[in-house]
Amino acid sequence: MSTSRAGEDLAALRELIGRHKRRDVMFGIVGLACMMVGVVTLIVLFIDLLIDGAPRFSWDFFTSFPSRRAGEAGILSAWVGTLLVMAVTMVAAVPLGVAAGIYLEEYAPKNWVTDLIEINVTNLAGVPSIVYGLLALGLFVYALGFGQSVLSAGLTLALLILPVIIVATRESIRAIPGSIREAAHAVGATKWQVTYDHILPYSVGGIMTGVIIGLARAIGETAPIITIGALTFIAFLPAAPVQAEFPFVSGEWLFAPFTVLPIQMFNWVSRPDTAFHANAAATGIVIIVATLAMNALAIRIRYRIRQRIKW
Amino acid sequence: MSSVPFSIGPAAQAAPVRPPAAQEAEAVGRPAPRPAAPPVPVKAEVRELEFHYGDFQGLKGLSMPVHERRVTALIGPSGCGKSTFLRCFNRMHDLYPGNRYRGEIRLLPDGTNLLASAVDPIEVRMRISMVFQKPNPFPKSIYENVAYGLRVRGEGNRRAIDDKVEQALRSAALWDEVKDRLQDLAFNLSGGQQQRLCIARALATDPEIMLFDEPTSALDPIATASIEELIADLKDKLTILIVTHNMQQAARVSDYTAYMYLGELVEFDTTERIFMQPKRKETEDYITGRFG
Amino acid sequence: MANAHGAGAIATGGAALAAPTRFAHRRSRHIKERVIEALLFLSAFSAVATTVAIVAVLLYESAAFFEHVSIVEFLTGTEWTPLFENAKYGILPLVAGTLVTAGVGLAVAVPLGLVTAIYLSEFAPHRVRETVKPFLELLEGVPTVVYGYFALLFVTPLLQRLLPGLPGFNMLSAGIVIGVMIIPYVSSVSEDAMRAVPMSLREGSYAMGATRFQTAVRVVLPAAVSGVVAAFILGISRAVGETMVVAIAAGQQPNFTLDPTESAATITAYIVQVALGDLPHASIGYQSIFAAGLVLVAMTLAFNIIGHYLRRRFREVY
Repeated sequence: MSTSRAGEDLAALRELIGRHKRRDVMFGIVGLACMMVGVVTLIVLFIDLLIDGAPRFSWDFFTSFPSRRAGEAGILSAWVGTLLVMAVTMVAAVPLGVAAGIYLEEYAPKNWVTDLIEINVTNLAGVPSIVYGLLALGLFVYALGFGQSVLSAGLTLALLILPVIIVATRESIRAIPGSIREAAHAVGATKWQVTYDHILPYSVGGIMTGVIIGLARAIGETAPIITIGALTFIAFLPAAPVQAEFPFVSGEWLFAPFTVLPIQMFNWVSRPDTAFHANAAATGIVIIVATLAMNALAIRIRYRIRQRIKW
Repeated sequence: MSSVPFSIGPAAQAAPVRPPAAQEAEAVGRPAPRPAAPPVPVKAEVRELEFHYGDFQGLKGLSMPVHERRVTALIGPSGCGKSTFLRCFNRMHDLYPGNRYRGEIRLLPDGTNLLASAVDPIEVRMRISMVFQKPNPFPKSIYENVAYGLRVRGEGNRRAIDDKVEQALRSAALWDEVKDRLQDLAFNLSGGQQQRLCIARALATDPEIMLFDEPTSALDPIATASIEELIADLKDKLTILIVTHNMQQAARVSDYTAYMYLGELVEFDTTERIFMQPKRKETEDYITGRFG
Repeated sequence: MANAHGAGAIATGGAALAAPTRFAHRRSRHIKERVIEALLFLSAFSAVATTVAIVAVLLYESAAFFEHVSIVEFLTGTEWTPLFENAKYGILPLVAGTLVTAGVGLAVAVPLGLVTAIYLSEFAPHRVRETVKPFLELLEGVPTVVYGYFALLFVTPLLQRLLPGLPGFNMLSAGIVIGVMIIPYVSSVSEDAMRAVPMSLREGSYAMGATRFQTAVRVVLPAAVSGVVAAFILGISRAVGETMVVAIAAGQQPNFTLDPTESAATITAYIVQVALGDLPHASIGYQSIFAAGLVLVAMTLAFNIIGHYLRRRFREVY
């Protein structure tokens, strides 16, 4: 074993290192390029939509029903439908998902039932969304008789985003240190009091993130809603939930046929008449702005929480 | 301060009686102020070394020699900067942002300043290898772990690698235990074996200096003893720097000892003198356990 | 679990609290706790119920389908013409379409996603990572129908300039867009796996004089391989189950081919096609989409089992 390096030995070593370092630099460039593929695609996609769809943007576009003439068609029924479906999804998915998350994190004993639930939550996240559509078609639309309605669609999407909310809830609950629970128990709180007074409020930020990401995903989901048979041409609005006459509220809208934004877009994109493609692009902008804004908000909340809370 | 509760290793006791190479070392040209060093060639010369991370100064003007084919121990209370100091020798600090060095560590005989920004940290690490606190074998076979440094250097000759691997495993006193299962995953070895594997990995590339960062802190006493024995054997071939928080260990394995406190070098001398007749009161207090 | 109404007891004067009230109070509290726990359990159990319901619906409707069509014909037939007079139900063309589009998608997503992950985990400066990662997360959020539009009206015309004979509907364009779409899934899961590799392993490699690239490829990637495999499997599941991009851009005609430059329907595209029409409930056509869905679920399940097996084989043992 040499205990010192001769000059030429060192020169050879430096030459070798130089070669290796050039490989480092090259990979750095390749890596940066690969990473930018996604980012550039996002930008190109957005610009493409803007170029195609911008001419269609007007007040009328938002206040008109679909039409056989591309220039007169609008997305009124679609965005109203999206809002209604989202309302159902939120009401169904948030309590269920948060409750499930709380159970798994705070209550669940270590046994095979818990394992079974956990495996199912993980697997459901990987089930293709169209399969939820098939489930809803067989179960909600026909077996339960909800028909091809706002209610069926809302419940379908609720099932779809349930794993997202459960996982987000669990993660934010898990971040709360055990000392907080012990402190609350030590002053005599019951398990539910500890959960309701401490665990829930402290994890609300993380849960919100999950809910927003889940809803953003639900807004853009098309396949399961097509599968349950949402109509693509709807030239009317469902009955308003608030009525002028007694009893002032009506659940009729829940069972109304409907369309949503992504389905309207799909419908227009599939038409051979290219005049409708501009409508599709304009609808795409509306959807993408809505989902990206929600995602950005969620990402922002998450980064803020990460910075703020240090247990 | 009459009795010192340590047995001093034979090597350290022999230290003052020096082989002839002394004049050679003088010829290389050492800097002026340093502790009374016995006439042993110097492998590396630390001069006015400072180290900052962010606004914090971790090392404050360290100067000392590292003697060739000797074991130098760095001791001191935790947080004194001994590991920080050790990791300057192979520029490990370059891996993390916000770290700055000042001063120099000259590697002899070529006189390369390891800390110079013109000097590639990779070159430094190819010349100076390191064994870490916890065994950190790669998730590869025993064979591939030892061969790693050679592969990193682009060595393609299968026979040459085979020879080097065997040689390194023999030097690390591990060959007999693993020769029949070189393709087994390294994680299947015991903690002490893993650490010896890491030593073999560091040896396989013929380093000039080997750094040990508390190499036995994660091991049981029997494994510790075998590592210490190994270090004593290795110093015939190369220069060793070892960080330890175990004073008995420093006394057992080292020829020279540096006592550090709060980022400063308090005292550097032969291990014998540090333990038997320290010049500084702080050193004496630490050695005798009256530190505080 | 001590005394929750302790505060109340002090407020009303502890001694004044009669024993029976106290007992009743405790019992009602106990019941309330049990009811809440039961409700929470039922919520969590809904995950199991959903899985059971999916399997039940698919099996029930498929069973009706298989009364008319033999399973052997279904699984081995190479013609899928359910809307013709003389309907043929051989699923292979749809499976082929699904595998080809997913294959093209993976050919795009796996290398790009993996290199991106290595770059983000081992090379990118902190600032770059923090800036770009949110963008990649946004990419995950783009609705698939928008990607479908992009594939049909942007990528296909672009490809047609390179490959003049390319039809307006083709699996290549749909596959490429699916690939870009799943890059973030592949890269973020792989990156997490690589970042989980302990720093001590990297230090061990750097201390041997390895470069970043050598450390990343020879130490970090092998150590993270099970997570990376999981990322690929996640990507495959996404690609196989992707619906809107293929329904819009790949065409609706079943076509038993492995050539990505042709037009072909996938399993998912077929389901969409039938759902858009008005086949009567309980007709064979209606039942056929459940049989197709069953095949889709079986395929994703198979990939997940393979992934699970691979992950076990390459389990991390830092």
